[in-house]
Amino acid sequence: MTLNWKLGGLLLGAVFFAAVLLVKPIGVSTQFVILDGIIADTVATDFITQTDEGYSSTNAYMAKSGGKYAKNAANPLNYSFVFVLAMVGGAFLSSMLRGGLSKEERSAPAIWRANYGDTPWKRYAVAFLGGFVVLYGARLAGGCTSGHMMSGMMQTSLSGYIFAAGAFLTAVPTAMLMYKEG
Amino acid sequence: MQIVLAILIGAAFGFVLDRVGATNPNVIGGMLTLRRLRLMKTILLAIGTGSILMFGGQMLGLVDVAHMSVKASYIGVFIGGLLLGAGWAASGYCPGTGVCAVGAGRKDAFFYIAGGLLGAAAYMATYPAWKASGLLDDIAGGKVTLGAVPGSEFDGLFAVSGDLLGIALGLVFVLVAFVLPENISGARAQEVPAE
Repeated sequence: MTLNWKLGGLLLGAVFFAAVLLVKPIGVSTQFVILDGIIADTVATDFITQTDEGYSSTNAYMAKSGGKYAKNAANPLNYSFVFVLAMVGGAFLSSMLRGGLSKEERSAPAIWRANYGDTPWKRYAVAFLGGFVVLYGARLAGGCTSGHMMSGMMQTSLSGYIFAAGAFLTAVPTAMLMYKEG
Repeated sequence: MQIVLAILIGAAFGFVLDRVGATNPNVIGGMLTLRRLRLMKTILLAIGTGSILMFGGQMLGLVDVAHMSVKASYIGVFIGGLLLGAGWAASGYCPGTGVCAVGAGRKDAFFYIAGGLLGAAAYMATYPAWKASGLLDDIAGGKVTLGAVPGSEFDGLFAVSGDLLGIALGLVFVLVAFVLPENISGARAQEVPAE
């Protein structure tokens, strides 16, 4: 069951507030880089190196800002990474409590089926490509819907407004072209 | 302690995102085609609520201003936003909700995460070129808030009280959430079963 928008909005706002009150504003997309770093360092053990000052990496992006990302990838039990893992758990709990999803919905959402029929593998391909473009864009922007749009605009950050303008400028026409039904 | 907070706040965030429909591509699609805007109302109300509580709490001295974290403004923020918007609409997921959708049991979300990990890796590989292009250089002061927030390390874009402006904008977000209709594309307003 989906919450009434007023209750849902107040609860979501309360979570944003709790995050900034207790720790720091919510952000997610950086953790894709951290997981990439963890994977890369497992495959090639010299990907992340410990230096006198802290951590560094053979990758310039991982090494930037004094090796901040490299440090987090070398120590995955940090706030931001555990936060994202806990999100999966929270969503799982919510989904279970409302009875889970139908078999059809699990493989492809109704809006996909309404436009493209029962073509789950096409859906997977679009989801994969979408994920690629979203995370490439999020890293270029330095944040995503959580960090820029929700946390950023909540803090009256200029970058949050610039990001939201860019995101909606392409999101609305893309959605209208791709999903005429549903 | 930090890890306990990460688990509690993270789980609460994932739970609520699922409950407001943000992990559901049908709801995201409805919002981005402007056919069903309830989620937009939810998000606007959430940003407004968060803003009022945060800036109000800071003015009263209950919230530590040092917890604020403002991201830099540069041209790449806009370009990245354009890319993210297209992928968001196509897939129905953003980074946070895609991760949550895996938890909610959506198989397509696994493919989204896999694509996302590859996309983030592609950015890591191409980062030096972006850096050299100058598109990552600060504009308008970089890490700035719209007004000057007392006690924060960030400059204000306009010479007004950042606290009061934050509360005022928060109220605007709440107001817009209430006046925004649930459907603004007109003709196609019929309900689609959410699951």
